[in-house]
Amino acid sequence: MYTILERRKLADQIYLMVVHAPRVAKACKPGQFVIVKMDEEGERIPLTICDYDRSAGTVTIVFQVVGASTERMAGLYGEDTFMDFVGPLGCPSELVEEDLDTLKKKKILFVAGGVGTAPVYPQVKWMHQQGIDVDVVIGAKNHEMLILEDEMRQVAGRLYVCTDDGSYGTPGMVTTVIEELADKGTKYDVCVAIGPMIMMKFVCLLTKELEIPTIVSMNPIMVDGTGMCGACRLQVGDEVKFACVDGPEFDGHLVDFDQAMKRQQMYKTEEGRAVLRVREGATHHGGCGHCGGDH
Amino acid sequence: MDVMKKVPVREQDPAARAKNFKEVCYGYNKEEAMQEAQRCIGCKNAKCIAGCPVSIDIPAFIGKIKTGDIEEAYQEISKYTSLPGVCGRVCPQESQCEGKCIRGIKGEPVSIGKLERFVADSAAASHYSQPAPQPANGHKIAVIGSGPAGLTCAGELAKMGCEVTIFEALHEAGGVLRYGIPEFRLPKVEVVAHEIEKVKDLGVKIETNVIIGKSVTIDELMDEEGYEAVFIGSGAGLPKFMGIPGENANGVFSANEYLTRNNLMKAYLDEYDTPIHSGKKVAVVGGGNVAMDAARTALRLGAEVHIVYRRSEAELPARVEEVHHAKEEGIIFDLLTNPVQIHEDENGWVSGLECVRMELGEPDESGRRRPQTVEGSNFILDVDTVIMSLGTSPNPLISSTTEGLDVNKWKCIVADEEHGKTTKEGVYAGGDAVTGAATVILAMGAGKQAAKAIYDYVTEK
Repeated sequence: MYTILERRKLADQIYLMVVHAPRVAKACKPGQFVIVKMDEEGERIPLTICDYDRSAGTVTIVFQVVGASTERMAGLYGEDTFMDFVGPLGCPSELVEEDLDTLKKKKILFVAGGVGTAPVYPQVKWMHQQGIDVDVVIGAKNHEMLILEDEMRQVAGRLYVCTDDGSYGTPGMVTTVIEELADKGTKYDVCVAIGPMIMMKFVCLLTKELEIPTIVSMNPIMVDGTGMCGACRLQVGDEVKFACVDGPEFDGHLVDFDQAMKRQQMYKTEEGRAVLRVREGATHHGGCGHCGGDH
Repeated sequence: MDVMKKVPVREQDPAARAKNFKEVCYGYNKEEAMQEAQRCIGCKNAKCIAGCPVSIDIPAFIGKIKTGDIEEAYQEISKYTSLPGVCGRVCPQESQCEGKCIRGIKGEPVSIGKLERFVADSAAASHYSQPAPQPANGHKIAVIGSGPAGLTCAGELAKMGCEVTIFEALHEAGGVLRYGIPEFRLPKVEVVAHEIEKVKDLGVKIETNVIIGKSVTIDELMDEEGYEAVFIGSGAGLPKFMGIPGENANGVFSANEYLTRNNLMKAYLDEYDTPIHSGKKVAVVGGGNVAMDAARTALRLGAEVHIVYRRSEAELPARVEEVHHAKEEGIIFDLLTNPVQIHEDENGWVSGLECVRMELGEPDESGRRRPQTVEGSNFILDVDTVIMSLGTSPNPLISSTTEGLDVNKWKCIVADEEHGKTTKEGVYAGGDAVTGAATVILAMGAGKQAAKAIYDYVTEK
């Protein structure tokens, strides 16, 4: 059992939890992820590590309610437990593994979208601890949905915030801000973009044009997270990669986002049915016979 | 009673079982078991023992069944194995113990597997105790993986008095017994969980949710956590794909994924959250036991299921019993058929499996006749789901994070066959991690041999 020591609502449908998981806290690095499972019946849910405290043996996760399982998870409070919490999974961020002197010479741009701000934070924090100031762009739907702004401000070099509806910061998408920065003549050696797939797709289209090598962090459907099931496979260039063991970070200019987005829809209907089951009880079990079931 | 034939075993009716996940085979009752036991002539130089990778004294335990002493039969089996309920169900007896049975020359061999299962099930039902382990000797051993190899190695070492901890990457112990083999062949609570409890009763600790190579490395286990030796029984978990166009379409799964969702995550039960795309028309590509398991699972989830295999029936690698059960349940066998492309609809879902017909040519290096494409024989199999069951290979998570541990070109850990000794001091390995995908019982045999070698190593060093 893994105890939830702290639980905070960051925004509508976005929650932060600090979980006691000493083995994970001891071994994890920025860029890696965990899989959590609430209870016997729960799904295995992959979540990127947002922060960790090795001495306290804790790992911080941030998640957004997207389906039945995360909705159920949002109902957990401090002192509740996860039955399972396993990790760290995947490879650490490419940048934190790089030679420090080389890294210090680079001009780095981090782009975070929505709940993707959470996995960007530990990388920016790590950079800050190494004495590297990086530029960070955070995009959110609106001011209410913006998360970790204060935390990020403390560790980022320059922080740019934008909202889709213009309710805070620069109006527009993260790509708007990146374009503005480029127009001002800021040159970046590398960009790290983490957020919804559609955002990463458009950031990559832009950075390809701007000739900025771009790393993205993929969070496709997974089951075991150790390379066993292949559910998380992605087309990266001319190779098929498993996000759980080969990633989660990849060269964004090589990822087939359209395919990845289609694959992410795979259980949409099943998941939708599961939501109904939670909300409306036993009446929606196993399809009604008219909807035809699967897809 | 025809002494040349096995006492038939009762099974669930094919039409009924095709719609549920309850166990197919009911097993013998005491009367049937005693009757079947009489067929064993108790050979002095029993060939069946040599056919068993864990060398169970088969005539001895069958002798106890003959006289109705089932508890004693259990004690006899327990000297050699901690997983009799598993072995009695999933061992390929026809090519091992039963394959060597003298009775098999003129008639049917003694039904050793079903007798072993009967003893195990009786032991579970009547709570027979197993022999007590040796007093603690203070030696601390880590076992990686809680599948058949790891459980056996851990159990054997615990019997010898060692302090053993198993590290399991998933949230439940059992490895392939849990995520791979379906409930209808191997019940999870009554058999798998029960026999794992028996291993724990010997003093073995199991720590789940620990991925060796990620959560902690082998070197850390030995240098920081005080383990004197390590056994790697991490299996062969990585799925293979064909590399044909369309393989990333929605509705294409590895058998590992399909089975893991269903077996480990219990997607077939309403109260569990993990979804499964069962499919309406499913093609399972491959002809091994895992292919049969995936096919029969899809069938039970309500699909029409085709096995697509490029050779003929004679070459099917699956056990005869599994093929027989699959056919009885209504699985369609498209033999001498090989997929070349997966077609997808505008939303990225599988809309058909394009295949070619095959014919058998000259024997290849495996001795099997090589399948050759019949040119121009392309056709589309109308399916919405494709399950790839082409075999698995060992996971490199451990080998890539452990300095000094050599692997061969198939990423299998290099270990000597007799002792499981690897190229790293104090580290042993066995089962599929060493051999590539094989059987439960071979993994158990390797775990057992390594246990002995590890014991010698820690006590002599």
